[in-house]
Amino acid sequence: MDKPLPLTLDALPRDASARIAEVQGNDAVSRRLREMGLLAGQSVRRSGTAPLGDPAIYFVRGFRLALRRAEARRVLIDQSSVEPAVD
Amino acid sequence: MSVAAEPSSPLRERQATVRIAVVGNPNTGKSTLFNALAGMNARVGNYPGVTVEKKIGYARWGDLRVELVDLPGTYSLSPRSKDELIAVEALLGMLPGEGDIDLAMCVADAGNFERNLFLFSQILDTGKPAILILNMADSAEAAGIRIDGKALEGAIGAPVVFTSANTGRGLDDLRQAVERALTQKRPAAPSALPRPIVEETERLHDSHSRSKLADANTSETPYYLFERAILDEGGETERFLFARLSAGFEEDLRAARSRLQQGGFDLGSIEAQSRYAWAQKVTAQVVAREERPEKRLTDRVDRALTHWLIGPLVFLVTMFIVFQTIFSWASPLIGFFETLQGLAGEFVGGFLPPGALQSLIVDGIIGGVGSVVVFLPQIALLFLFIAILEDSGYMPRAAYMMDRLMAAVGLSGKSFLPLMSSFACAVPGVMATRTIDSYRDRMLTILVAPLMSCSARLPVYILFVEAFVPDRRFLEVDLFGASWTLIGLQGIVMFAMVWLGAVVAVPVAAILRWTIFRGHSSPFVMELPEYRLPSWRVVLGRVYEQCQAFIVRAGTLIFATTIVIWALGYFPSDRTELLALEQRIEDLSGEIEEVSPAQGESTDGASPDEEAPAAEPASPELEGRLAELAALEAEANHLRGELLEESFLGRIGHVIEPVVRPLGWDWRIGVATIASFPAREVVIGTLGTIFSLGGDVDENDTSLRAELDRAERDDGRKLVTLPVALSIMVFFALCAQCGSTLMVVYRETGSWRWPAFCFTYMTALAYVGALLTYQIGSRLLG
Repeated sequence: MDKPLPLTLDALPRDASARIAEVQGNDAVSRRLREMGLLAGQSVRRSGTAPLGDPAIYFVRGFRLALRRAEARRVLIDQSSVEPAVD
Repeated sequence: MSVAAEPSSPLRERQATVRIAVVGNPNTGKSTLFNALAGMNARVGNYPGVTVEKKIGYARWGDLRVELVDLPGTYSLSPRSKDELIAVEALLGMLPGEGDIDLAMCVADAGNFERNLFLFSQILDTGKPAILILNMADSAEAAGIRIDGKALEGAIGAPVVFTSANTGRGLDDLRQAVERALTQKRPAAPSALPRPIVEETERLHDSHSRSKLADANTSETPYYLFERAILDEGGETERFLFARLSAGFEEDLRAARSRLQQGGFDLGSIEAQSRYAWAQKVTAQVVAREERPEKRLTDRVDRALTHWLIGPLVFLVTMFIVFQTIFSWASPLIGFFETLQGLAGEFVGGFLPPGALQSLIVDGIIGGVGSVVVFLPQIALLFLFIAILEDSGYMPRAAYMMDRLMAAVGLSGKSFLPLMSSFACAVPGVMATRTIDSYRDRMLTILVAPLMSCSARLPVYILFVEAFVPDRRFLEVDLFGASWTLIGLQGIVMFAMVWLGAVVAVPVAAILRWTIFRGHSSPFVMELPEYRLPSWRVVLGRVYEQCQAFIVRAGTLIFATTIVIWALGYFPSDRTELLALEQRIEDLSGEIEEVSPAQGESTDGASPDEEAPAAEPASPELEGRLAELAALEAEANHLRGELLEESFLGRIGHVIEPVVRPLGWDWRIGVATIASFPAREVVIGTLGTIFSLGGDVDENDTSLRAELDRAERDDGRKLVTLPVALSIMVFFALCAQCGSTLMVVYRETGSWRWPAFCFTYMTALAYVGALLTYQIGSRLLG
């Protein structure tokens, strides 16, 4: 069976949630994201998008984080864990 | 810690003052807590050479003297820049001239402290005694979160205190916990990092903590820096240690890293994994939470306030209201300060005889200090709004919405507010860049902020637009019995002047981005805190702090420069003739006052003609004296103008005339411009003096306009034509004529290089802009 294509955080629809598979890279930004608790297995919900389409707000570990698309692309999410909006 | 290492400081004295570092994530109420503990008793400065704010508060708890060192809010103690390294060095007590840190206080949000434990676990690794403060405990309780404090103390091996800094709750507990933490020596809590990493760190520490390069004065290198060196490959600590320690260290560090990597550790993520695993374990043991519906409340508010249409609308309306209020509310206050300034001048003038001393105090000091104090209402109001918007949680949302637009210029959303504030005044604007965490973005924002059209430029625009731009109207509407101009040429020029700097800032920022501040655009990673009602204690404290800093620091420079300009304009001319005239004016005014006590106030300036005779028929004698007085005033003003021309400032003006001639200016405009470098609005007063009206003229004084309009060049041509007026305005729009701004740039960047750079590029821009305006304008408009 093929491995499901890796999905990145920026592709998560509004109000949907998913589990992080990995934060790619080892530069300052990736380290910063990990320090803020974006780690494998952690659940993330996208709670909004800015008026001009970028950045977006993600809800993780009880706080809201605004990330640009460029930064959110570093975060791989587990496709099988995606849950659509509940409301 | 060996006491013997510090023979100069007796143990008793050292223990009498306890130095406590206050550390914490942003949005945990850290500064509120700091202010609650230190009150207004804090000193704000900069660590040398970096942009890190150094804030030290003093308090006395019983017989304990406490020095609180406030470190900038941070998510981690992993230095990636010089600024972040300074904060870590401050915590480790390594900075020269600073004492050791006896205790670290970590401020966390009681409602959501799992992430805060990452930072706390790093603090534990520094080996400093530590306290965990769960702040905002009231709102956590209200949200149905139960925390078992005793169990938490056991799990983290450090005292835990619950506080609500904005109500003052828990501060006594905190003081007791500090004493407990200092007296009871707890065994060092085990690091959250895996054992092999700790062992490698210990090994490096053992063999290199005393190794040093030539500089024999450096103290022992702390354990924590070795831990950082292993974990942060390519980070700032590594650079720091390579420069500090002997060459063998670099080799040993690489060996340690490769051993760990062979052991299967991913050094890029192992720290976050281990610390968060620990944090999750701890919170699972001690936190019981009920369902929190209000978490969703912030989401719902965000849904409206960051909505694609409503969001920007609310934002624009908010900004409009803020700027409207700054202009309209501040003006009575500004008027009040100006009246005070005038009264002080009159008061001193009343008992000091005319002469150099009177002129120094009235024109130099009162005029100089006044020109600073006049800005205070706007600064206070602006910071009031900023503090309210920040403390309520709205500000990060504004940055979030504007980020896309700012990214087009190479900046990020965080630069938006500082630039917006600079339209009122660049001084608070530059200070507001402290919220920008990226060094590059912050420097760029500081360097372009003075280009925004501040309120001090308005008087200049008003003077020249009203006097020299034809009053041509394009769209007039008759409404409510009056004629309203929808579009007028004067309004268009005014609008263009106000936005010119902002438009020019776009290519300037882009060029700086390509040259000095090269590199990838910095990431935008920003926390959006929960919305909450602003606390007045925080808001007013912030306003007070900023006003105080503004007056003390910017005030000293403006004060000094205005005195220099005054002296250049006053000396070395022979003033005996003018003094005699002034004495006669004073005597005559006194006589007139005696004759007509009802008109006692009409003695100053060129006003007697409109006040005196109209109301009631004055005696011919009084009329004669008034005419004499007016004639004397005119003569004195003319003489002042001549004296100015003979003064150093006037001589400088003639020297620079060849430089300003291509701009369409003559020496008088050149001198007025030079005199206005400490503060651009000074130009009005200087122009007034030069055009024989004395120093006390404002932009609504039609006679200055008339004088400017009448003024001729040596060859008899009209001096100020429309192209000349435009060239002057463009110069003022782009030039860095503000000592306070340059001073604040120095303070915020910690180096004279940046204000010098800012001054140079803006003056060059202003010159080229004015040159193009005049040369093109005079060809088009004739």
